[in-house]
Amino acid sequence: MTDLDLDVPADEPVIRFTRFVAAPPPLVFGLFTEPAHLRRWWGPREQELVQCDLDLRPGGAFRFVSRGPDGVEHPFSGEFLSVDEPKRLAMRVTYEPIPEAWWVDDMTFEEAEGGTLLAGTTTFASLDAREGHLAAGMESGMRESYERLDELAAALA
Amino acid sequence: MSTLTDDDLDRAFLALADPTRRAILARLTRGEAGVLDVAAPFPISQPAVSKHLKVLEAAGLVSRRRDAQRRLCRLEPHRLEQLFEWVGGYRRFWEESLDRLDEYVAELQQGGTP
Repeated sequence: MTDLDLDVPADEPVIRFTRFVAAPPPLVFGLFTEPAHLRRWWGPREQELVQCDLDLRPGGAFRFVSRGPDGVEHPFSGEFLSVDEPKRLAMRVTYEPIPEAWWVDDMTFEEAEGGTLLAGTTTFASLDAREGHLAAGMESGMRESYERLDELAAALA
Repeated sequence: MSTLTDDDLDRAFLALADPTRRAILARLTRGEAGVLDVAAPFPISQPAVSKHLKVLEAAGLVSRRRDAQRRLCRLEPHRLEQLFEWVGGYRRFWEESLDRLDEYVAELQQGGTP
């Protein structure tokens, strides 16, 4: 439907994405900050958000726990760095099992025709930390289909 | 299953951090091609294209061989696939989350209760 545009620069420890959402910024901001909303969409499909506590103010703490079909829980916690409703939200996040590998998510919600342009920047402590983070999410099994290559080529073009 | 070392990643991302090299890769997704054919669409000299190919080759993204008088190059799908998988976890988190967000937005706008 609306594609995620992802940018992984070679020389900066960041990942950037942009994505259109067909709802106005105040609603999208609410979807990102209200637990009742977050439980409905945050995380990959097979993950259930079983805990979602947050204190929405600069310096306020949050803790999200998602649970996979294998029963394994993934706790994330951190603090809000910037809360500028409905334009910007930034937070420092730690995946609790690997506390030294924190990152900062900084999101802006910009009004666009028919909705919101969501722009996110995830900043890691270092390039190594970024690589570790991405490698941890790496799917197992290498598929060698040219279909996927075309997809990648299109993404790179 | 082989995994990427830090050096592999550095070389691959540096190789990809250039629009000409990305265009060369896109061209090679259509199949093996001669160096001259690869160079043709670019407003740069053939030696400059060869330099780009050398960077791509060092990164494991492209391989080159000789066939009689022609110098051919082709995409190495395995390395590209490894890179694709490498960014896959992050992409999957956001892609699936935001697809779910879209579905939820549609539900809210139809008057469903959160």
